[in-house]
Amino acid sequence: MNVQNEVDWAAHLILVRDRQDKAAFAALFRHFAPRIKAFLMKSGANAALAEECAQDVMATLWQKSHLFDPARASVATWVFTIARNRRIDALRKSRRPEPEDLPWGPEAEPDQAEAMEMQQETDRLGAALAQLPSKQRALIERAYYGDLTHSEIAAETGLPLGTIKSRIRLALERLRHHMS
Amino acid sequence: MTIKHHISDSLLMAYSAGQLPEAFNLVVATHLSMCDECRVALGAFDAVGGALVEGADEAAVSDKALDATLAMIASLKPVPDKRARGAGIFPEPLANYVGGDLSAVKWRNLGRGVRQAILPTAKGASVRLLHIPAGQAMPDHGHRGMELTLVLQGAFSDGVGRYNRGDVDSETEATQHKPVAEAGLPCICLAATDAPLRFTALIPRMLQPLFKI
Repeated sequence: MNVQNEVDWAAHLILVRDRQDKAAFAALFRHFAPRIKAFLMKSGANAALAEECAQDVMATLWQKSHLFDPARASVATWVFTIARNRRIDALRKSRRPEPEDLPWGPEAEPDQAEAMEMQQETDRLGAALAQLPSKQRALIERAYYGDLTHSEIAAETGLPLGTIKSRIRLALERLRHHMS
Repeated sequence: MTIKHHISDSLLMAYSAGQLPEAFNLVVATHLSMCDECRVALGAFDAVGGALVEGADEAAVSDKALDATLAMIASLKPVPDKRARGAGIFPEPLANYVGGDLSAVKWRNLGRGVRQAILPTAKGASVRLLHIPAGQAMPDHGHRGMELTLVLQGAFSDGVGRYNRGDVDSETEATQHKPVAEAGLPCICLAATDAPLRFTALIPRMLQPLFKI
């Protein structure tokens, strides 16, 4: 896995949001569209459908850029949630209601340091995933590519669920206390 | 609000990965709307998905894809800034399914003051609202699959735990319980199951096909 990430993708997305900056969008597109396509193909889509959906996901990224909160999720995480929802629409034809948008974020712009921290935390999580024993990593990939049902996830003792949760939870908890 | 019984890590991961039937998605989304702690945990599981996307191999996209996407964006309508809030005791995701607050529920009597309303969802699991008068017991039952019950009003206990507003009771094939609504307000729950329940007594068993429990 590539865990090096020197580019501040949140800053790019904010340029798209505030200035409809096509160059910033093109950079986001070149980075994420091939990854989304690969992610969807691993989830069972053929190349043509995966490319079509990757375009939809990138269009949604622009369209919903005003809802992106860089202190709560990295761009990669935000992209994942959009791609997952698109996959559910395209392949599963089932609904997945979203939680109510709770007012626990500040109205003001989150500061740059918080946004960077969230991206770095996601990068560290990526690095930690890459270092897991291959059997555990393969299980996590199967879960996210749609190959494991809930009962299989629940029955699988090899999944480091607690570890995953505690890693990024610390960053999110810090943030939550900072906000309240 | 102090929530004591939360969504399990495996359910949160399955919800994050998009692997739950719609009926369970609704219970999880409704609980998440009431519970900061589980939202934080969900953020962690979503970040796993983000790390997988970031670390994914790249599948080449065509040269025209960027221009095609920009053309698509030009034709899209803007998304409203704020989403609707919940209605009364129903957080937003549930209010959307019911089409309003408690007064909009189309109840069906099950006898002894117990009422239910099945909400329309995709196959694979079902979800219903239950109204149990204060002090009333639900029939003793076991489970063939998983049952996930979220309290929206009032409280119940089942000999193992007490469940108040926001608490989730997760039961599996291995468990048998007899929930009793506590004194006070009627207990209103949202319950999802992926298989019919297993009642101990004969009469509820006979009525089961009629009530689709």
